[in-house]
Amino acid sequence: MQTLKHLFLKELTLELRRKSVISGLMLYLFSTAFICYLTFSLRQNQITPLVWSALFWITILFTIINTIAKSFIGEKKGRDIYYFSIASPETIIISKIIYNFLLTVILSFTGFLLFALLLKNPIADLSLFSLTIALAAMGFSASLTLLSGIAAKANNSHILMAVLSFPMVISVLLITVKVTKNCIDGLDRSVSTSDLITLLAINCVVTAASYLLFPYIWRS
Amino acid sequence: MKTWLKILAVALIFYTIVGGFLFSVPRLNIVNETIRALYFHVPMWFGMVALFLISTIYSVQYLRNPTFNKDIFALEFATTGLVLGLLGIFTGMIWATYTWGSPWHGDPKQNGAAISLLVYLAYFVLRGSVENEDQRARLSAVYNIFAFCAMIPLIFVIPRMSSSMHPGSGGNPGFNMYDLDSRMRMVFYPAVVGWILLGIWIATLRVRVRLVNEKLLNLENE
Repeated sequence: MQTLKHLFLKELTLELRRKSVISGLMLYLFSTAFICYLTFSLRQNQITPLVWSALFWITILFTIINTIAKSFIGEKKGRDIYYFSIASPETIIISKIIYNFLLTVILSFTGFLLFALLLKNPIADLSLFSLTIALAAMGFSASLTLLSGIAAKANNSHILMAVLSFPMVISVLLITVKVTKNCIDGLDRSVSTSDLITLLAINCVVTAASYLLFPYIWRS
Repeated sequence: MKTWLKILAVALIFYTIVGGFLFSVPRLNIVNETIRALYFHVPMWFGMVALFLISTIYSVQYLRNPTFNKDIFALEFATTGLVLGLLGIFTGMIWATYTWGSPWHGDPKQNGAAISLLVYLAYFVLRGSVENEDQRARLSAVYNIFAFCAMIPLIFVIPRMSSSMHPGSGGNPGFNMYDLDSRMRMVFYPAVVGWILLGIWIATLRVRVRLVNEKLLNLENE
């Protein structure tokens, strides 16, 4: 538990010290949102709620894949061995997942603010939408952290990361898109309950799989 | 694989082909005679899931106790499963042309199946991009288990929650209610067993070819 806390704090301090990475990601998010804005400013009324939802999730997906990809690919070679000697692989993956979850949530909400500011905010049920973003962030961070670990061990890892992660996150993404549509339409919450429970269940499965499988990647 | 299982597989598939085309089937609107596709389309998916399951089991065993053979088994069962999955998609597209009007309908189950095939295609990409043999085996075993976990919701959970034209989805009745009267069961269940056995047979053959090739390679190196 103590090591978990230390590892998590270490990730956080490292991130805050070299601000270039996080500001780079923010810039990436901002540019994508701005491109969407510029493209659609040509004809303002063209952006229907469904187009908004598609643009939003595509932007978020790309930003998050880039964010999480760096969690293992960016690490220096020798540092792995050092971590290996001080902490069990389970603590490492859990600390990384928690950290990535935090980062993903922050980036998603920033993305949402940008989209609401630049395009418009079609969401009728904000609190439900926030819950959806949080659950999606949980699923993304759990599955992508493990895949980043796999990709980091292989050659040309950035391409591999994209290839491996897209199919994996689609099941999470399909449900979130569906719930987003419900949020846009302002449907009653009971309509989305079963979807959210399924999303939570998928998250649990994916997290458990990452937790169990990570030690085998780490050992090599 | 035991010889009697191979004979059983051939006999069952022969029976499926003859019975599937000749036995009488219930008359239903729209579906009509195309209901016979059930004997060929659905068993493909049963076969795919069974082979992927076997592949996953070999991957789990590989992680517990790594040996070269288990990796080859996992790989070849996944390959054969992928082939069955592709056949399942194609037979489904043919069936859809005549009942739904067009081969690709954006049905949730169709999309889910296509995505899960993508998941397994990524498995082969992963295998291709790792040089070191041990590492390749370990990473792909991990990915294989993960892929199986990701495939289950795509094929079995999400389509059932949204409106799909496949039976068992969005309140549609499942198999047992709508068509499988006892006449169809007589062909359908043997067909499932037959195609699964054939898939296992093909996979084990491929494993043997690969192991022999490996042996030859080792001899040449010596």
